[in-house]
Amino acid sequence: MWVPKNPGDNRRPNDIPANERDYYLEKKYPSFGNLVPRDVASRNAKQQCDAGKGVGPTGRAVYLDFMQAIKRDGKAAIARKYGNLFDMYRNIIDEDPYETPMMIYPAAHFTLGGLWVAYNLMGNVPGLFVLGEANFSDHGANRLGASALMQGLADGYFVVPYTLAGYLGDAGNSDVAEDHPVFNESIQSMNTHIEKLLSINGKRTVEDIHRELGRVMEDHVGLARNEAGLKKAIEQIKEIRAEFWENVKVAGPSDRHRLNLQKAGRLADFLELDELMAIDALNRRESCGGHLRTEAESEDGEAIRDDDNFCHVSAWEYKGEGTEPELHREPLVFENVKLTQRSYK
Amino acid sequence: MNNHKTINITLKVWRQQSPEDRGRFEIIPVEGVDTHSSFLEMLDFLNEKLILQDKEPIEFDNDCREGICGTCGMMVDGIPHGHGKGMTICQLHMREFNDGATVVVEPFRARAYKVIQDLIVDRSPLEKIIQAGGYISVNTGGAPDANAIPVGQEKVEEAMDAAACIGCGACVASCPNASAMLFVSAKVSQLALLPQGRPEANIRVLAMLKEMDACGFGNCTNHRVCEAACPKEVSISHIARFNREFLKAGLFGRSTMDK
Ligand code: FES
Repeated sequence: MWVPKNPGDNRRPNDIPANERDYYLEKKYPSFGNLVPRDVASRNAKQQCDAGKGVGPTGRAVYLDFMQAIKRDGKAAIARKYGNLFDMYRNIIDEDPYETPMMIYPAAHFTLGGLWVAYNLMGNVPGLFVLGEANFSDHGANRLGASALMQGLADGYFVVPYTLAGYLGDAGNSDVAEDHPVFNESIQSMNTHIEKLLSINGKRTVEDIHRELGRVMEDHVGLARNEAGLKKAIEQIKEIRAEFWENVKVAGPSDRHRLNLQKAGRLADFLELDELMAIDALNRRESCGGHLRTEAESEDGEAIRDDDNFCHVSAWEYKGEGTEPELHREPLVFENVKLTQRSYK
Repeated sequence: MNNHKTINITLKVWRQQSPEDRGRFEIIPVEGVDTHSSFLEMLDFLNEKLILQDKEPIEFDNDCREGICGTCGMMVDGIPHGHGKGMTICQLHMREFNDGATVVVEPFRARAYKVIQDLIVDRSPLEKIIQAGGYISVNTGGAPDANAIPVGQEKVEEAMDAAACIGCGACVASCPNASAMLFVSAKVSQLALLPQGRPEANIRVLAMLKEMDACGFGNCTNHRVCEAACPKEVSISHIARFNREFLKAGLFGRSTMDK
């Protein structure tokens, strides 16, 4: 991974000689180099771009350069390992990554769940089990979010065959009928929600507002965050939410398949969830789970945890619209392994 | 990346409000399409405009937009997933189209696929075929030892090639018989090639074939169009393996056909 030493050097990457390249990861993390974990790699890539050293037409990219590896191992060896990724890159960018370094930049992947569950993986709604990345149990343990493969295996293979079957065994076979008042109530509220979305008929599309929200999250609730930015984000999200409920335009009618309506419903959820994420991030005044809090950063740019004050999971309880969520702290107890500072130096 | 430009195209796109509606083509000019956008991004771009003009957006299925989930799929100029070789329609970019082109867009068509709306079809019959036998039965609980069952590298590669199938259903849409044979054979192969798949191999192949017929898919008469249309380039050699598995099951297996 590298960027040109001189910001604004717009020669083609292969024309920039080695001594004019800044291999910033190798320089900063001599023992791990380009093999640092992805939160560190992502944060450093973004830092380079924020410092004006990004490349490509947008300036939001660093070079991921396989030229040396291809020279060393041969094209065939690299193609065997990464062929499909290289093909995808060529499709998207229209450049051959076997010939020229790739331009990469960290992007939000997806929200990666985070629903509270008890030890048996049941959430706070009886009978509602939350499996895989949707739950919070390994959230931030080894990366920015949860872990699909590990949780899919652990939750699906080892945990839930016992706990879910146990629950069903105890709960027995209860009658679930569609004319149950609770069922009617939720149909009612869902219909009201949909009608409300359709009736606004404003001037901005769902996509447009979603993009605005995304930018706020990327700028202030992303890889690195701080108090001022998070406070600003919370205000901005509130404004965007107000704008959404006043000025969104959702295509109807609702009695037909409407991807646009689905998206509107999802964005309405994001507008609440994103605010909660910002509140949670503001509350946690330490660097943790792959996210860097810039106030808790060592002089050489490393994340500093605060185990005295934050060695806990923050479970937020939804208290209804317009009411502040309530924080429940669940302490993290380590019996066999001691907490230490991660270091990739 | 720097050859950034925009083109104007004309879409001749299938509009159908519901499964009962007869449907028709609509001609929609799309101006200022960024050549770096993907085909689906072009549809997004158009839909944004349609919504603001109080017109109904074009409905289409999609999810990952990186060629791995198999949710997208439509006929573009008569070819499933368009003319990009070895890629889904979400991976095809607008730089592959000429300025001023007329592009014909239709849903996947087959007897077994019901059109839900515009370009969205119901491909759940493919899932029914999987439910009929496209799995292995294992006991969960204890972690199996990673090297308990050795498998040769060649077999692994072959099974992986079959497992590349993302279940998009393009094979069906390309086939003059609307057969799902490439799909079914890939799903049978990926398990038949591995020791873990052998115990249920006979039951599986018979059950999946029976379900394929029941869903209204046609049979294979070796046209090989499916292989050309497959975005994952799944080989029809899997159909040959399917046939061998079927023969073996018929000769030696316990039949589940009359169950
Ligand atoms: S949207 Fe997932 S393969 Fe196209």
